[in-house]
Amino acid sequence: MSDYSDKYETVIGLEVHAQLATASKLFCGDATSFGAAPNTQVSPITLGHPGTLPKTNRLAVEYAIRMGIACNCTITQNNYFARKNYFYPDLPKGYQTSQHTTPVCDGGRVLIKSGNDSRFIRLNRIHLEEDAGKSIHDMDEVYTCIDYNRAGTPLIEIVTEPDLHTADEAYQYVTEIRRLVRWLGICDGNMEEGSLRCDANVSIRLKGEQKLGTKVEVKNLNSIRNVKKAIEFEVVRMIELVESGGTVKQETRSFDAATDTTFAIREKEEANDYRYFPEPDLAPFMLSDAFVEGIKKSLPPLPEQLLQQYQQQYGLSEYDAAQLCMDKETADYYNAVTAISNNYKAAANWITGPIRQYINENKLDFGNFPLTPQQLAGLLQLVDEGSVGFSAAATKILPELIKHRDADALQVATAQNLLQVSDSGELELWVNQALSNMPDKVTEYKKGKKGLIGLFVGEVKKLSKGKADPKLVTGLLQEKLK
Amino acid sequence: MNVSVIFVSMEINDGVFNQLAHLARLRFSEAEKASIQHDLQRMVAFVEKLNELDTTGVDPILHMSNSVNVWREDVVEGSVSREAALANAPVQDEAFFKVPKVIKK
Repeated sequence: MSDYSDKYETVIGLEVHAQLATASKLFCGDATSFGAAPNTQVSPITLGHPGTLPKTNRLAVEYAIRMGIACNCTITQNNYFARKNYFYPDLPKGYQTSQHTTPVCDGGRVLIKSGNDSRFIRLNRIHLEEDAGKSIHDMDEVYTCIDYNRAGTPLIEIVTEPDLHTADEAYQYVTEIRRLVRWLGICDGNMEEGSLRCDANVSIRLKGEQKLGTKVEVKNLNSIRNVKKAIEFEVVRMIELVESGGTVKQETRSFDAATDTTFAIREKEEANDYRYFPEPDLAPFMLSDAFVEGIKKSLPPLPEQLLQQYQQQYGLSEYDAAQLCMDKETADYYNAVTAISNNYKAAANWITGPIRQYINENKLDFGNFPLTPQQLAGLLQLVDEGSVGFSAAATKILPELIKHRDADALQVATAQNLLQVSDSGELELWVNQALSNMPDKVTEYKKGKKGLIGLFVGEVKKLSKGKADPKLVTGLLQEKLK
Repeated sequence: MNVSVIFVSMEINDGVFNQLAHLARLRFSEAEKASIQHDLQRMVAFVEKLNELDTTGVDPILHMSNSVNVWREDVVEGSVSREAALANAPVQDEAFFKVPKVIKK
């Protein structure tokens, strides 16, 4: 394949559907929870009974705007829903209610990692629409079984421009979208349960060509890994097709996760005629500047801002900053600790080191992690002032603090006799003892084998049962061995 | 906010008729077709009467009332029992609505 990467350019546009984390549906009060018994979260509105009247869920609109603000979109002031008419049994009304003409968020961009760099992917739009029900084809010999629980669940569809050029960029893009929707609290981002779904439009063209090639739409991408795998497969398939004299057909394909391949599910039918028109049952909505501004003010600091702040104000490395911004819970925790402690670097090391390890081992997350920021700040201070060593702090004090929310680091260190001795009289006794325990090594050291200092420090550590401040001990040893 | 007027001076010829029938997923006999085609043409003429009005500068109506921002708060309410939901279904199994198979295996 590598021989063709100079010849062809891949062009990818992604459509991501995110299920909004509202309690009720977009136009009626049915619950939206996943996994309920079939057809138990339905009302006459969901089922499209005559004479019913839908009403827009204000929170769903607010969630869509949150995403729009985070992606730097222009928020549309005058909005109305449209009917997208088509027949399919999972669509009980015979039309989907969608923001065809006035997407609530226009334009925008998403920052992704691309190789060692970052770049913006341009968005076309983010609009609100309702989800369809679920069709189950393999449960009954003769019939398709329909569950309307999901019908009417609020979605946002996030549409990029054809702006991505590799499978890896697509992977990074969906990863970033998932982080953002979770960060904003508008979607749980769970691809396995279908809360986040991705369709990829893929085409190839000769390098330098301006016109887009014929695109293929790939569906059924139920994990971020599969987004990447499907695009990788599709690009190879298209290039091989074109290189062997064929042409790419416009069609819809589905990804088969068992074989990492795609297969055609339908050729492009004659252009669909959805006969969009304004939904007469729903009042239009107008978004005032004040309303949008209020939402903007309620947003948490976004990962992009925090990454900058951590590096520029706190002096963290790009890597550490990125680790802390992996999810909002981690960043919140770090922010809570650094609000009461200025050990910025140490706090980052602890959170991305021993604490992350504890959390992973115990299958927790920072949202339900029992150690309070106050406890951690206290522990950081003890280590910082040299009262306890890092290893005693991580292996002995930390587990105690996690078990007892009301314990503080100093109490635990005192109770367990872990406070380091910095009294020089006491230290000197241990140092003398250590040196007299290994006269041969002392001779070697004096002959120039300076690396042995670590051995002496270790011996003092042993004699003091870890209580001797290693920095002071090293100084004292160097003095004695002159 | 442009709502396009679809049937301006439109002739309901065979092509238009067939497309409408396809979109509505309906089939007609030749006799029915002639009669419905005739009715449709009269409906179009009826509506086209409106073209005589000058609507320059008049915004299309999006909603019958002047209301805007008619919101629901995000509260769970109003669902019906599954039994009630399935009551009108031609085929059901007390859990699912059942429809003719929509994909071939």
